[in-house]
Amino acid sequence: MKYGIVVNEGPYQHQASDSAYLFAKAAIAKGHEVWRVFFYHDGVNNATRLTEPPQDDRHIVNRWTKLAEEHKVDLVVCVAAALRRGIKEENLAQGFRISGLGQLVEAGIKCDRLVTFGD
Amino acid sequence: MLHIINKSPLTSVSLNSCVNTAAGGDILLIEDAVYAATKGNAAEAVLQAAMGRFKVYVLMPDLEARGLGDRLMAGVNAVDYGGFVDLTSNNKSCQSWL
Amino acid sequence: MSDAKKFMFVNRKAPYGTIYALESLEVVLITAAFDQDVSLAFLDDGVYQLKKGQQTKGIETKNFSPAYRALEDYDVEKLYVEKEAMEARGLTEEDFLVDVTVLSRAEMGALMDEQDVVLSF
Repeated sequence: MKYGIVVNEGPYQHQASDSAYLFAKAAIAKGHEVWRVFFYHDGVNNATRLTEPPQDDRHIVNRWTKLAEEHKVDLVVCVAAALRRGIKEENLAQGFRISGLGQLVEAGIKCDRLVTFGD
Repeated sequence: MLHIINKSPLTSVSLNSCVNTAAGGDILLIEDAVYAATKGNAAEAVLQAAMGRFKVYVLMPDLEARGLGDRLMAGVNAVDYGGFVDLTSNNKSCQSWL
Repeated sequence: MSDAKKFMFVNRKAPYGTIYALESLEVVLITAAFDQDVSLAFLDDGVYQLKKGQQTKGIETKNFSPAYRALEDYDVEKLYVEKEAMEARGLTEEDFLVDVTVLSRAEMGALMDEQDVVLSF
């Protein structure tokens, strides 16, 4: 099955991004395709490459980057939400791209399932 | 339809709203909603009453993380993330009661 | 419209306290432009989004409520309010800034089941 995932909260503050990541990994392990993850609201904060968690903590941003590289997951950050919160091309982590809300709608249209994680 | 809840029933109306409004189907409790599936919590009756119309699941890693892996209420089905994925594929659609 | 999917946006949060209502509305407008079958559901505190007479000058925030009135220009005309949620907040249909269809919980639940994609923020 083709999956779309929506992440509405930032990393570390809320569990949403962790839950979404573990869901995506499990879906891929079951042979599904995670076609796109769309980051909206404070979820855009998952995409900054300036993130530096303590050594003994998970690196949420890099984890998404790795998932995108290994499984061709399209990580899309909403441009309007990103600009509001200071996420731009210049601080965008690898594997993410900034685009419009149409990308979320497209995921809803093209994917068999759209699963939302938020607050 | 799969209904995903992520808030504690003791601080949020999400679970109540879901069981009052939704037409039935599956309910999956994740994140802070797993407290709803524990024996002796004040909202236990809400979930018990819902069990006739819904099949109820709890995301076990979230329950274990909160130290309540041994307090699972009878009638609630434990799943891991793979089981979470299966619930989304077996249901025609899903909704997160954020 | 034959290959259009049924998109429902479920609004359960009040405006201004958080940004969810505003950013949800932005998705609704984009979805309508994709010629999908769009409906909006207002439950719980989400019904407060539709309250007439919002005056946001004092909190120095943009009043986005007029945008609900613009929805019909985008052919978004299916706005559903849950009756029990409305009544629990001391509101009636007269309090809303747009025309809505008031549904009982059971009707709302049945409508949710018919959807292909349900988005909530």
